[in-house]
Amino acid sequence: MLVRKLFNRQSLAISSSILGRCISTSSYRLGSDKEFVHRDTPKNNLDIKFDFTPENYKRVQSILAMYPEGHKAAAVIPVLDLAQRQHNGWLPIAAMNKVAEVLKMPRMRVYEVATFYTMFNRNPIGKYHIQVCTTTPCWLCNSDGILKTIEKKLDIHVGQTTSDGLFTLSEAECLGACVNAPMLSINDDYYEDLTEKDISDILDEIKKDGKSKAGPRSKRYAAEPLGTLTSLTEPPKEPGFRLRKELQ
Amino acid sequence: MSGIQLNRLLVALNRIKQHGYIPICKQSTAAQSKKEPEKIEVFVDGKPVQVEPNTTVLQACAVAGVEIPRYCYHDRLSIAGNCRMCLVEIEKSPKPVASCAMPVMKGMRILTDSPLTKRAREGVMEFLLVNHPLDCPICDQGGECDLQDQSMAFGSDRSRFTDNEFSGKRSVEDKNIGPLIKTSMNRCIHCTRCVRFGSEIAGVSDLGTTGRGSDMIIGTYVERLFMSELSGNVIDLCPVGALTSKPYAFTARPWETRKAESIDVMDALGSNIVVHTRSGDVLRILPRTNDEVNEEWISDKTRFAYDGLKRQRLTAPMLKNRDGYLVPCDWEDALSVVAERIGRTGSGSKMAALAGRFCDAEGLIALKDFMNQLGCETVCVEERFPNVGASIDLRSNYLFNGTIAGIEQADLVLLIGTNPRYEASVLNARIRKAWTHNDLQVAVIGPKIDLTYPYEHLGDNTNVLNELTSGKHAFSKTLNEAKRPLVILGSSMFERPDATSIYASAAQLSEKLRDVSAKEDKEWRVFNVLHRYASQVAALDLGYKPDFKSIIDLKPSLLYLFDADEGLIKREDLPKDCYIIYQGHHGDRGAQIADAILPGAAYTEKHAIYANTEGRAQQTHLATTPPGKAREDWKIIRALAEVCGVALNYNDLDEIRDRLEEVAPNLTRMDSIEEANYFKQNVELLKQHKTSFNNQPLTPPINELKDFYMTDSISRASLTMAKCVKAVEQQLKSRHTN
Repeated sequence: MLVRKLFNRQSLAISSSILGRCISTSSYRLGSDKEFVHRDTPKNNLDIKFDFTPENYKRVQSILAMYPEGHKAAAVIPVLDLAQRQHNGWLPIAAMNKVAEVLKMPRMRVYEVATFYTMFNRNPIGKYHIQVCTTTPCWLCNSDGILKTIEKKLDIHVGQTTSDGLFTLSEAECLGACVNAPMLSINDDYYEDLTEKDISDILDEIKKDGKSKAGPRSKRYAAEPLGTLTSLTEPPKEPGFRLRKELQ
Repeated sequence: MSGIQLNRLLVALNRIKQHGYIPICKQSTAAQSKKEPEKIEVFVDGKPVQVEPNTTVLQACAVAGVEIPRYCYHDRLSIAGNCRMCLVEIEKSPKPVASCAMPVMKGMRILTDSPLTKRAREGVMEFLLVNHPLDCPICDQGGECDLQDQSMAFGSDRSRFTDNEFSGKRSVEDKNIGPLIKTSMNRCIHCTRCVRFGSEIAGVSDLGTTGRGSDMIIGTYVERLFMSELSGNVIDLCPVGALTSKPYAFTARPWETRKAESIDVMDALGSNIVVHTRSGDVLRILPRTNDEVNEEWISDKTRFAYDGLKRQRLTAPMLKNRDGYLVPCDWEDALSVVAERIGRTGSGSKMAALAGRFCDAEGLIALKDFMNQLGCETVCVEERFPNVGASIDLRSNYLFNGTIAGIEQADLVLLIGTNPRYEASVLNARIRKAWTHNDLQVAVIGPKIDLTYPYEHLGDNTNVLNELTSGKHAFSKTLNEAKRPLVILGSSMFERPDATSIYASAAQLSEKLRDVSAKEDKEWRVFNVLHRYASQVAALDLGYKPDFKSIIDLKPSLLYLFDADEGLIKREDLPKDCYIIYQGHHGDRGAQIADAILPGAAYTEKHAIYANTEGRAQQTHLATTPPGKAREDWKIIRALAEVCGVALNYNDLDEIRDRLEEVAPNLTRMDSIEEANYFKQNVELLKQHKTSFNNQPLTPPINELKDFYMTDSISRASLTMAKCVKAVEQQLKSRHTN
């Protein structure tokens, strides 16, 4: 567990706390495989062609229309996202080059953006990208158990992809759904209020039908209380409630 | 909001629109300089200073004489504000402020020496050193490292860095960005000066930052060359040892070297340089700041071609033996044989002399005096100049009249048949600077080339020039509306058969534009010639004929080549019995055809005067002595004249400079530009000229980076320059382009 976490970028905060290292007195070593440089590999090189589909070109145009003349480079994030969606969830080097060409900006400026944001994947990724939140509220609600279940079921560790290329497992920092902890996201969908059985079912459904119903797995519709209201139960107070006398 | 404020806001908005940020404008535009804004008072450590609004706290401190430590801030680059080293305390401000990015406000009390400021600096230094390797003993920056100096001056005397877990410091892969810049990325402190230099000054966005936080790295993401002719400047900019010079690696410590202030001769700009030497070897060349000429940049050829000074050198006089081989000999033998040949030629009318691109003014005047006294009038210089109108009789005809710094005042530049990027790289950076800061408009007649800034391409044929001169071209309207236009004519155009017509058209067009600009500024000069050869202006000032063809027509029986290595005159062009004397420092094209060789000194080996393309006289200082038996050029000619029985009345440097003063007084007035102002008269004379163009496109000779590196006898002998050519060729084959 410790070794695995050490090699996982997204759990750096946790790994450093395990090591007992204080950030002000030392630094951590970063594996060279996580460096922000491009190396030609069989799966990611310039021979992999990328071009937007005609429909996506239309989308690019409508994205560009949102930005005034002279500021078209600002469209780099939505256009990169479009490219990533078109290309099975990751950006080969050719896609970044294409985006640079479309936006008429230097390639380096696109690489800078694509490496800065963690949601741009610059290496091949499974069809379903499972990102398990392991930040404190989820962790308190047994996100470790969820993670273990997935690892056992899919026989992969964090950062790996299943041999059939279907699933990639990542750990993520807070995804902003703490009320429904523990939670995880699979591609664009959030699965919340999970138990270990729930996630097992979800994976089965996705394997079988390619989709599973997103949202809370409990009886909740969204983020409302599970049972009855526990706060704000009385009718709202009138204006001037607890106001100083002299101001009333 | 007052009208002025609104106007300023609009200008700022316009700039943001164009560049994506507000560039710091050092040179205020003409409109702004008219109305001096009211100065505001701030207090630096209690001392009151008056500064202009919009200056930063850091600049205000500099005015008060307090130097604030900094890494990311640089005068000539945009403000990044990411190193935090310049933190200072400002009274009534809750936290220390980054002084490089904070504009001054009225009555601000800045404390640069308070306990809070000191603690802030110590803290920043400590953070920087957490991930900076302690390899100063093997680091090339040692001794001239900002990080070293500032940690001594402003850092804490102890460290809290403990690496109990042996996790090590941050490690970053070194990048291969070419044969000139050695990278050692562990040492990088992420100031991004190199990135900003690339995108702002050099106009090449090859470098960038990838990743984020403490994992951020500086690099190119894909493995590729930093493809810029100004790339070496990032070595000077880097405040630590992350980017150092590859050819200079592990050669010397800065305190071991002798420094000689000098002038570059690789192009006609006369960039100011410092030559570092140790025991007679030139170890490296660095730029010297001169805002009038090169600011603080130099091109890669200027910086790295110095290893050519050690190869292919002529170290002893040589004479051809009976078998036709050049054999080294003593000066006495060489001088007597050459003098005897000169004597045998008899009349000077059968002699000729040709001076090349590296000749200094002293050598030029000595050779001219010598030849003239022998009765020879065919004393030429390699670069041609059209013989039309007043030609070289008026200095304003062949100078860069508008001055290099004047580009920053211009609002329109018209480039005719020149590629300033490779003919005068630093000048091109100046044009780019003016384009960035002053909204300069550039138009080009010539091939479509990447000049690092956008321009209006008018075409590449002579018709365009013709139409512009007659005012019929679509661009004429814009041209005529320009308040401070500059017309820059490339000297390579003078090699064309229709050089006279091109020159006449450009001069006439300039004069027309000057009539318009005179309303705004009477002193504004429009017409400029951008020379390529460092010797050219001095040679023309001294009366050299800019027509080497006249030598071929003369069929001389004796030819004196002085550093003439362009290979313009071939052995076949001359009579079979013509005796060729070559005086120069490199065994290059000139020496190949010579019968006698007199070894001279290169520009680092003599006190010499060069006039740059503006006509600005500047002098080099002796950094090393010439190798072997080589001697200073004017002394060789002086000695040869003595043996020939010709009296040249100068025996030392002062006396020959007195002689220079007699002929061309401007050449001895260092660092100043002599007024040259006879445009109207010249155009009157040009009226008789009938223009006739040929159909060839106006193409300057060098349009690719790979052709930039090896252009003359010094850079052709340089291994570093050869490596650059190879690296560029490889990069051109790579598909990782930009």
